[in-house]
Amino acid sequence: MTVLTLGADPAMRPDALVARANPVAKLTVALLVSLTLLLTVDVVTAGVALVLEVAVLPWCGLSPRGLLRRGWIVLAGAVPAGLVTTWLGVDSGEVLLALGPVTVTQGSLLAGCAIALRILSVGLPGVVLLATTDPTDLADALAQVARLPHRFVLAALAAMRLFALMGTEWESLGAARRARGIGGDGVVGRTRTAAGQVLALLVLVIRRGTRLAMAMEARGFGAPGTRTWARVSTLRRSDAGVVLGGVVIVTVATVAGMLAGTWHLALT
Amino acid sequence: MHDASDLGVVAASAVGLRARGWGWRHSGRKAWALRGVDLDVAPGERVLLLGPSGAGKSTLLAAAAGLLDDGAGEAEGALEVDGLDARAARTAPGVPGTSRTGLLLQDPDAQTVLARCGDDVAFGLENHGLPAELIWPRVDEAMTLVGFPYGRAHATSALSGGERQRLALAGVVAMRPGLLLLDEPTAMVDPDGARLLVESVAGVVGLSPHARSLSSTVIVVEHRVEQWLDVVNRVVVLEAGGGVIADGPALDVLADQGPELFRLGVWVPRRFRARAAGAAGTGAVARMTGAVGAVGAAGTAGAAGEAKTGGAVTSDDAARASRATARTPVLSARDLAVRRGRLAPVLTGVDVDVVPGEVLFLTGVNGSGKSTLALALAGLTAPVGGELTAMPELAGAAGPHPVRWRARDLVTRIGTVFQEPQHQFVAGSVEAELAVGPHQARVDAADAARRCAEVLGRLRLGALALANPFTLSGGEQRRLSVATALVTRPGVLVLDEPTFGQDAVTWAVLVDLLRELLETGTAIVCATHDRDLVETFVDEGRGRELRVGEGTVQPVSSGIATVATT
Repeated sequence: MTVLTLGADPAMRPDALVARANPVAKLTVALLVSLTLLLTVDVVTAGVALVLEVAVLPWCGLSPRGLLRRGWIVLAGAVPAGLVTTWLGVDSGEVLLALGPVTVTQGSLLAGCAIALRILSVGLPGVVLLATTDPTDLADALAQVARLPHRFVLAALAAMRLFALMGTEWESLGAARRARGIGGDGVVGRTRTAAGQVLALLVLVIRRGTRLAMAMEARGFGAPGTRTWARVSTLRRSDAGVVLGGVVIVTVATVAGMLAGTWHLALT
Repeated sequence: MHDASDLGVVAASAVGLRARGWGWRHSGRKAWALRGVDLDVAPGERVLLLGPSGAGKSTLLAAAAGLLDDGAGEAEGALEVDGLDARAARTAPGVPGTSRTGLLLQDPDAQTVLARCGDDVAFGLENHGLPAELIWPRVDEAMTLVGFPYGRAHATSALSGGERQRLALAGVVAMRPGLLLLDEPTAMVDPDGARLLVESVAGVVGLSPHARSLSSTVIVVEHRVEQWLDVVNRVVVLEAGGGVIADGPALDVLADQGPELFRLGVWVPRRFRARAAGAAGTGAVARMTGAVGAVGAAGTAGAAGEAKTGGAVTSDDAARASRATARTPVLSARDLAVRRGRLAPVLTGVDVDVVPGEVLFLTGVNGSGKSTLALALAGLTAPVGGELTAMPELAGAAGPHPVRWRARDLVTRIGTVFQEPQHQFVAGSVEAELAVGPHQARVDAADAARRCAEVLGRLRLGALALANPFTLSGGEQRRLSVATALVTRPGVLVLDEPTFGQDAVTWAVLVDLLRELLETGTAIVCATHDRDLVETFVDEGRGRELRVGEGTVQPVSSGIATVATT
């Protein structure tokens, strides 16, 4: 079940506490962490949150290798964002390094670290959610536990399956268009070729989506009446434990940030 | 899962269909898709619905399933399912846990909803509000009924097209439909998959010896008739844009009107194609043939029929001798290894020569790698091992490695027609579509216009010059995709399943066209499942078959071909 990055990983232990938690519980934790760290940009809050998250990783059922394979994109975002802030951020305090227009000061270095830690600590629960959750289970949970409209949830789920076909479609489209003589030289030519191919891919996907919608409708999707669920998704006591764990992480991190005096409301 | 014999009779009350003066016009179209349809299908009947492309057969099935909304077009007359208006019948309460209609569509990829097979079958039952504890037994029952080879947890992404269709059938059957509607279910499935699907349907409606099951009414639309003859007991023929013009027991209708139906593109079994001496067709079908004959279909389809009965195995020795002298390859593969995407090579050690004036057929089961090999020979994918060399007479100044040619150099040397025509369409009209290749290849405008006009005429697309390629019928799209490859006059033409899902008329047009191209010295590579196509050219001494399988290729020496070519 490899739908984009969402889907159970063979390198994970599906019986781990967090891995088998209801997807809505995992989603709640991820949202809690995001909201908390949205409020502040500071090294202590983000750092403490990240340390606590790493500390509970053993209960998530994700091996370090699996984590790296699923989560490299978060790292790839955090490191450059931190570096850019360090070089170009608002300067304050002692100058640590000056190279022409680029100056690294104590203040900008701290801000850079805070940005990088913030991205990592927000990203980690998301990576765990995606890597340990089957898309079908997520949809079941969103519709049954979170009570989102089932038509929307199931349509999105079906669309995601079409999305997974896009990789192979893209390759055959590329070959098919080359066979038509389409393929520019140089950067401009290639960009134009790729843009045309994206458009063609969208047309194909929409057409297929229309046909899928018809097949779904023919099987009673969207008809009036109560829908039942073959796979029952409910919250258990362990799910409360997972959410509680999330609450503890964000509380400890925020209190630590406040005690250290680094916590500042970023929205104002 | 249960053994099929445990199932016994599954209670499902068959549902009938009744049409009175029914018609439908898609919004934005002037012509009626179909009109004046009077049809009674009694509960439990199994009907094969035939007619030329564009006769509105799929529209009728969609309407019977209650899927044509007011917004999509305009209806007239009455169409009733189970005594209710078809649209109301889809949602009106009926026997709990059953649906009045179940519709299986053509495209296997567009019918899988969920990631696990069992979940996918359960989808319809959930929508119909069946209590959760009853769902899984029904899922298992449906999967057993269609003979689905995998368990509930199997990933739908790992299924072949044929397996996907059987899974979709299980999803439809699970709802115990009173009326089972099958819209060209085998058109996009390879021959083995098609056979298994028909067997599944036969099993579902209780025609297999081992299982008695649903007592559903069945209406199936399909171009390929033979495979359904053991399943259906009645044939109804629809006229393009009109109503029912023939109706009766399957064998009677075919015996009476087989030749006319064949000329309209229906794959009538061979024994019904030629008219028995003295037998007279009915006036209605004769009229219809006249109308379609204006498009020029009749002659070519007749020719195809002859070819298969042996009449066209002309194989005159002079022509063959002249071709034999020209048997130097233009494209040559040595120890070639090819792969799909980033996977391990699917074929290795392939030695093959592509020769002018000859069709090289690549055959083999699905997934054997014949399309992959075809794409590599076409210079579209890079081989992972070995060498593909284009001889100077083909390559010109472009160098010996087709995969390194610029796209615009490729189109004048090797033309490729993909299985899915829509993948290759890039313009807003048929005319503009044809102009793309010559424009890319820097052909001067006057010459390009002349070539386009010629190809338009040759493939009978002239009347459609301004139509959007995506709105064409399947046969028209196939002809256009071939036309786009021919207009740049490549020395090698590569075809991937050119006859797949095509009606008999388009089939015959393609065969005639390939014969012409061979005469002018074009080299053709064709990946196909179509035995008729392979045998037609091999019997004429102008085809060579290469069986693709088990990681490599093997030449097939079939009787006549060996004698003729050695």
